[in-house]
Amino acid sequence: MPPETPSGTRRPDGGHPCRLSFDGRTIHARPGQTVGAALVAAGVVAWRATRAAGRPRGLFCGIGVCYDCLITVDGRPDQRACLVPAADGMRLETGLPGRAADARGR
Amino acid sequence: MRAAGDPVADVAVVGAGPAGLAAAAEAAAAGLTVVLVDAGERPGGQYWRHGPHDDGPPGGHGRRTFAALRAGLTRTRTRTLFGHQVWLVQRDADRFTLHLRPAHDTVGPGTRALTARSLILCPGASDRQLPVPGWDLPGVMAAGGVQALLKGSGTLAGRRAVVAGTGPFLLPVATGLAAAGAEIVMVCEANPLRGWLRDPGGALREPAKAVEGAGYAALLARHAIPYRTRTAVTEIRGEDRVRSVRIAPLGRDGRPRGGVRIEVDADLVALGWGFTPSLELPLMVGARTRVDTDGSLVAVVDDRQRAGVPGVYLAGEATGVGGAALAVREGRLSGLAAAADLGRAVDEGRVRRLQRAVRRGRRFATALHTACPVPPGWTDWLEASTIVCRCEEVTYHDLCHAARDLGARDPRTLKMLARPGMGMCQGRVCGFATAQVAAALTGRSPQAGDLLALARRPLAAPVALSEIAALDETAANEEN
Ligand SMILES: Cc1cc2nc3c(=O)[nH]c(=O)nc-3n(C[C@H](O)[C@H](O)[C@H](O)COP(=O)(O)OP(=O)(O)OC[C@H]3O[C@@H](n4cnc5c(N)ncnc54)[C@H](O)[C@@H]3O)c2cc1C
Ligand code: FES
Repeated sequence: MPPETPSGTRRPDGGHPCRLSFDGRTIHARPGQTVGAALVAAGVVAWRATRAAGRPRGLFCGIGVCYDCLITVDGRPDQRACLVPAADGMRLETGLPGRAADARGR
Repeated sequence: MRAAGDPVADVAVVGAGPAGLAAAAEAAAAGLTVVLVDAGERPGGQYWRHGPHDDGPPGGHGRRTFAALRAGLTRTRTRTLFGHQVWLVQRDADRFTLHLRPAHDTVGPGTRALTARSLILCPGASDRQLPVPGWDLPGVMAAGGVQALLKGSGTLAGRRAVVAGTGPFLLPVATGLAAAGAEIVMVCEANPLRGWLRDPGGALREPAKAVEGAGYAALLARHAIPYRTRTAVTEIRGEDRVRSVRIAPLGRDGRPRGGVRIEVDADLVALGWGFTPSLELPLMVGARTRVDTDGSLVAVVDDRQRAGVPGVYLAGEATGVGGAALAVREGRLSGLAAAADLGRAVDEGRVRRLQRAVRRGRRFATALHTACPVPPGWTDWLEASTIVCRCEEVTYHDLCHAARDLGARDPRTLKMLARPGMGMCQGRVCGFATAQVAAALTGRSPQAGDLLALARRPLAAPVALSEIAALDETAANEEN
């Protein structure tokens, strides 16, 4: 029986590099990378600020346990970047002040 | 045999790591209808994690076992659900209902619920952490997370790494990073670790482990990785990310020796202090717990992996941290036990051989735990401003204040007054450390109750209120 996933029984397609937007800037992902891995590979180590002290956070546990790596994916907030597989055309947003403006200004 | 896809399976296996795969394979081979669920995208769990385009994990360790287990699932037409997280397990008279949600919301809702007559829980573990000043800086990661990034996504978490904590697991992390091109500034092992790496003969009762130890020693040498024992990272420095790391030798009492410190530049710090078993599902179905030799809270099972609750079996790290090979043996045993309890004929000779193999594996795990304790004086490296609970940003000072000035004598009260373990991760990351700090502040050693106070979770994953509300509707429909 083919494995069932929430998106149906379709295997993750690809084998092709994909392009994602991160606060308006383009980042590239290799097939099979998670969103978190693609960000780290692109040199981005933080994409969230903590509620109280506003401290930067990115990947910590790497396996979906710590919730440090939350990011907005295609408009859906609070997704764990370490679990979401990168897909072509995906829109990642940090909600960090100044970020989006920075990226647009470039 | 019932048709595949029968609404009530004989057994639901949660977790498709080494333990769960073995459990599912045995149960299916014995003629049970099996459904296997995992939050991950594909089978393998932590040990056999691999990318979507690899047919298995890199390297030879148990690769053949993985291939055989996976082939077994296909042969027995076992129903598998990946990308589904079990967030609630309910029991009605003779069956269990597992409530599922997608591991992330970028895909459809998937399957919402499953029912089964018996339940084999193999949820594994996560990296155990001890807070250290600066561990909340980006660039500091759990050692297993660094490994997962490498195995699952082929991605290096940094270029110049310090790997620190305790236990043999630091070795594959360091050698894996080095083989992928990172520079390893140092591996800091807090314990003397005599008798394992230095003297693989000490592991002779588990010959495969001795070979593995010798193999890592050779790899460390080949990549010229400095490996220091009785050494710990006592401070991580940087503004918005890791820039440097302070390293200190530890005395015999496990406390940093004053004065002697070196500082090295790094952009990645991988921290691992053993593993914390994932107990939310076992606790939810009523499993009992005990403190294991590594100080972790683990679920109690009998010599057939039964949890003492009818129809519930547990295998793998949740019953005591012991690594992948032991997880496979326990998984097989649990699958056979479930089959026997449902009236299938099983080879009792095989059951006994597996029981012996499990006992052997446990003895080896106990020896490792004894060689790799958490340094008793670790709280000495905490500063008042050090974050202990990353989610709620609770500092060591907050905990001291609650304990000393507000009279919080136990973790439950500490949790109410200072909020450690009350954030998104529900204490999965800080639970062990908070229990240790609470005990240290009140001058005792942590007991099972301390750990339990931070391990109980009403739900195994955060869910929307609408999903909880939907439970009543499902129940109502079933009654009609
Ligand atoms: C991050 C990490 C990396 C590791 N890497 C290695 C390594 O490279 N080499 C090594 O020797 N050891 C490694 N280990 C140690 C590891 O614990 C064992 O090697 C081995 O994988 C344990 O097998 P297991 O079957 O008990 O658990 P796991 O392999 O952890 O499998 C448990 C599975 O259960 C699933 N699960 C848990 N809860 C739920 C739920 N509520 N709903 C759905 N699914 C769930 C998880 O997604 C996971 O796939 C690692 C541990 C961690 C935490
Ligand atoms: S890094 Fe911990 S949940 Fe993603």
